[in-house]
Order: sequence, then C-alpha cells, then structure tokens
Amino acid sequence: MKWKLGDRVETRIAYGEALLELGKHRQDVVVLDADLQRSNMTHAFGQAHPERFFDMGVAEADMVCTAAGMAATGMIVFATSFAMFVPGRAYDQIRLQLSYGQENVKIVGVSAGLTQGPDGATHQALDDVALVRQLPGMTVLNPADATEAYRAVVAAAEIATPVYIRLGRYPTPVIFGEDYQFEIGAVPVMRRGDDIVICATGIMTALALDTAEILADQGIETSVLNVPTIKPLNTEAILDAALGKKLCVTMEEHWISGGLGSAVAETLAEVRNTPPLLRIGVRDKFGQSATADELLEHYGLTPVHMAESILNAMGE
Amino acid sequence: MVDDLKLAELRATARELRYHIINMMGAGKPHHFGGSLSIVELVTALYFYKMRYDARDPRWDGRDRFVMSKGHTVPTQYVALAKMGVLPMEDLPTLKRLGSILQGHPNACMTPGLEACTGSLGQGLSFANGIAMAARIRHLGIRVYCLLGDGELHEGQVWEAAMGSSTHKLDNLCAMVDRNRLKSQGAVDEAKSLEPLTGKWEAFGWHAISVDGHNLCQICDALDEAEMVRGKPTVIIAETVKGKGVPFMEGQFQFHNAPITRKQWEEAMRVLSLGEEVV
Repeated sequence: MKWKLGDRVETRIAYGEALLELGKHRQDVVVLDADLQRSNMTHAFGQAHPERFFDMGVAEADMVCTAAGMAATGMIVFATSFAMFVPGRAYDQIRLQLSYGQENVKIVGVSAGLTQGPDGATHQALDDVALVRQLPGMTVLNPADATEAYRAVVAAAEIATPVYIRLGRYPTPVIFGEDYQFEIGAVPVMRRGDDIVICATGIMTALALDTAEILADQGIETSVLNVPTIKPLNTEAILDAALGKKLCVTMEEHWISGGLGSAVAETLAEVRNTPPLLRIGVRDKFGQSATADELLEHYGLTPVHMAESILNAMGE
Repeated sequence: MVDDLKLAELRATARELRYHIINMMGAGKPHHFGGSLSIVELVTALYFYKMRYDARDPRWDGRDRFVMSKGHTVPTQYVALAKMGVLPMEDLPTLKRLGSILQGHPNACMTPGLEACTGSLGQGLSFANGIAMAARIRHLGIRVYCLLGDGELHEGQVWEAAMGSSTHKLDNLCAMVDRNRLKSQGAVDEAKSLEPLTGKWEAFGWHAISVDGHNLCQICDALDEAEMVRGKPTVIIAETVKGKGVPFMEGQFQFHNAPITRKQWEEAMRVLSLGEEVV
C-alpha cells in the first residue's frame, strides 16, 4: 500500500488506484463515468483500458441501466459519478435494475457530503446513504480513509451483488496501516473506553478519534467504532459496544435521518436497556458553498464542536 | 428472407399467442390487454423467425437477447416462451397470482427467458445498449432486440440511450417501437407529440424502418434488413392497433389495463378461436 499513516489522502484517489489494479488482473472489469472522470479518478483506468471505459455523457440514469445490461452479459461494472447524481439522479434505475434485478454493478458516488465544498448544496450529497440503504440486497460501503477505500473497492469486486461505495474529495488522514484487512460487515474497534461509544463512518472516523482525545482530557473514556459497512449493518458489534455505556454517538457526513444514525437508532430501539443516542451529522439543512474545513466548522462537525455536543448530551 | 410457408406458420403462431393471452388473462381482473395484443406479431417474428435461441438453454451465452422495455406487456412474452417450452404452459394461468413466477412486470431473476427487470418505463434501451456493448467487448457475436412502447418514448431516458446506441455504432442492436398511438389515459401525441417520429430516430443517428406492425412479412423483412445495416443501430417503427385481434378492444385506450366482463371474455375467446386471419 502506498499511503503512510497520517498522510492526508482523498478516498477518490484510492478508488482510481484500485481500479487500475483491478483492471490489470481482471478482463471483466468495466468502468463507466458520467462526464466526471478526471474528478472521480476513473480517467486513468480509461487511459489504460480504453476498450473497457466509457464516458456515458451527462446521463446518469442511462449509465446505471447500461451498466446493468453489461453486468447481465458477464461484466463487472463500476458506474461512477458524484454521489449527488448516483444515487440521486438515478434512484429509480438503481432500485429496479440493481436491487430488484440484482445485477453486479458497483455504484460509486464520489465527492459525497459537505466536504464536496465550493460547489454548494446542489453538489453536496447528504441523502445518498439514505436512498440506497433501504434497498433489498444492496451493500453500502463508506470507507474512512484511502487504505480502507482501496480495499473496499477490491472487496466489492469480489462479490457478485450490487454495492454502493461512498467516496469523498476531502484529504482525510490515513488511519489504517498496510496490514489492515478489510472485510465487508466488519466493524474495527479503533479505540476502547468504558464511558461512551462513538460509531463513525467515512471521514468522520478520523474526526471521531480526535474527539475521543478531547473527551479523554475531560475524563471521559470513549470507544470508537469504524463502521464502513452501513448495510448490512453489523448490529451485533454495535450492540456489544453500546450496551452498558452512558451514551451512544453516531457521526456521519450525512443528514442525521436515513444514514448511519438512523441505522444505529433502529438497532438500539429494538433492544432493552440500551444507552441514549446522540446522532451527529447535518440536521435537516442543506449545505452551502465554502471550503470543506469551513463547512465542517459551520455545521458543527469538528472534534471541538462534537466533543461539546457529547458533553451536553451527557449532562442532560 | 421469409418464405410463404414460414409466413403461414408465423401467422398461425400469432393467432395462437393471442388466444393464450386472452385465455390466461381471463375475466374480471385488470390486465394489460391492449398493448399485449398490439405486439403479438413483433414478438412472434422475433422468437419464431429471427432470434438465435435455444429453448432448452435460455441462459446460453450465445443467445440473441430480447429486452421487453415496455414491461407491462410481458404477458405476450410469457405465452411465447411457453409455446417454445421455456416456461411450462400450465404456469400461464398463475399470472400475477401470489407466489407465481409470472409477475405483472418482468423479473429476470425469477422467470426463465427474461433478460431484464422492466416496468418503470424508459430503462430497457439503456439496458439493451449495455448488453450490446458488453457483447462487443466479449466478441459474443449476438444480436440484441428491444421493444419499446410509443407512450414510453415520453421518457427522457429513452433519448439518452438512443444517443448512446448511435455514438457507439451498435449495429448489433435493433429497437422496435410499438406505435399503437394510445397510452394508458388516451392519445400518445396529445400529451407530448412524437412526430416526426422516423425523423427523430434518424436525427439521433439510427437507421429507421417503418412497417405495418401486424404484417409479419414486413416485420421479418425489416428484421433481416436490420441485420445487414453496418455502423448504426436500427429502429423498426411498427404501426399497430392497440387491442389488435379482439374487435371491441381495437383502438380503445380503455383496455390498456382494465378487467373485462365474462361476456366480453367469451366473445374475445370466440373470435380468437375461429382462426381467422388477423391481418
């Protein structure tokens, strides 16, 4: 693996690298993009394998169904655009062709979340996980760093069912070393503490670890779970970690409804004696244009803000 | 080239399919009568004249593919597949019943012989493009057919796909439009005008052929012609009559998806069992 712990790398970079590697070894891998290949890092695959790369134009619905037809004819297809447009623009197609039809297509939504940045709310997907999470037979992956993203892309290629992979363009610190074994459904425990548990996904995992440091200074011991597989959710791992704690916290770069926060809420609600839940994410608001860091600050998603929210919740 | 003997056989098959469609749909339950009847000759020509297909092995990699993009008329495909032996004839009466493999709209995971899940209109041509493109990568040498409704052409995705087919010069692809001029609630062109329809497809880079969609000779010739076209996809625009073959349904949008009475059903069965020429 080419990334060192602490390097700040966008997960979309790892996607491009993983595709190149997959393309070398597998003749059945096809990559589609809807006119964002230089942003989504699929361009290099296109250069290396022009016969297996297609710019589908600005036509996401068509792209998803074309991908399904290719998959039905023996290919494994990575259909890529901004997370705003797949799933958003092609939800009906994803539901019918991939979920109901169980075609072997990997939908890759890049530049997800607030940290898409300057383009503003129109391009900041905060609902993509909510859309795909409810679909039967879908696997939903939201990797935390470049290493995990690379491994998640490879793992997605190894299963013959549809997958949604959520990626970003925020230079997030690498938190997994070369020896990291990614497994769909596994929930790595990043830190152990007895007072509260944080379930974090995507770029929020690194921020959750920083939040835990701040809380430790206040005498609060925090467990941090990294939850890259939002569906199927490993409810056992989450319940194991949550039971007996004073508070369970979810952290996601997504609206607090429909994503990881909802998934954990559903899990806790069906079990007795679970701790109260604090969902951290974007609360019923759109994003706006700014730098990624300004947006994380403004929407209360920095470690300082999140530690404060947690302390408030514990005080209640 | 289709000969007279084959044509007579195809006409008999089309009559038989119509009989089975009405028989399986029965009285008292809503079904997509109109559009299922308007495509009978198109489906007959595909399965019983043109397509390379092994009914004993419907998943054979070398088969020609037929994507029913207007998914609501899949009953016609069911009866064709049953006649070929891909589906058991005795399953036909289970159409749309709990637990049946014959869903109201196509599910390719569930029903042998189907290629795609459709029913949300506008998706099938994109799917067919995907098959045609993958077949080219894999050098499969197959042909891909896709049947669209004319009301379905209101869906913008059809035109996204149509641009893709010609851009990629998919001459292994042949689309067919069931131009029966009626959608669910009335005239197609009153809601959004499709004309000039042939010109639209040509402007999108397609080779377009117009046929009488109930004339098997014309349909077979058009399918043969499509196979000879190089460098572009072909569309066959088939002028049809919604409800064709059952006089009281012909040209009536009300039978798009509606129940018929016992008396109407008996009348339809009587007409279809007379074995009269449809054309």
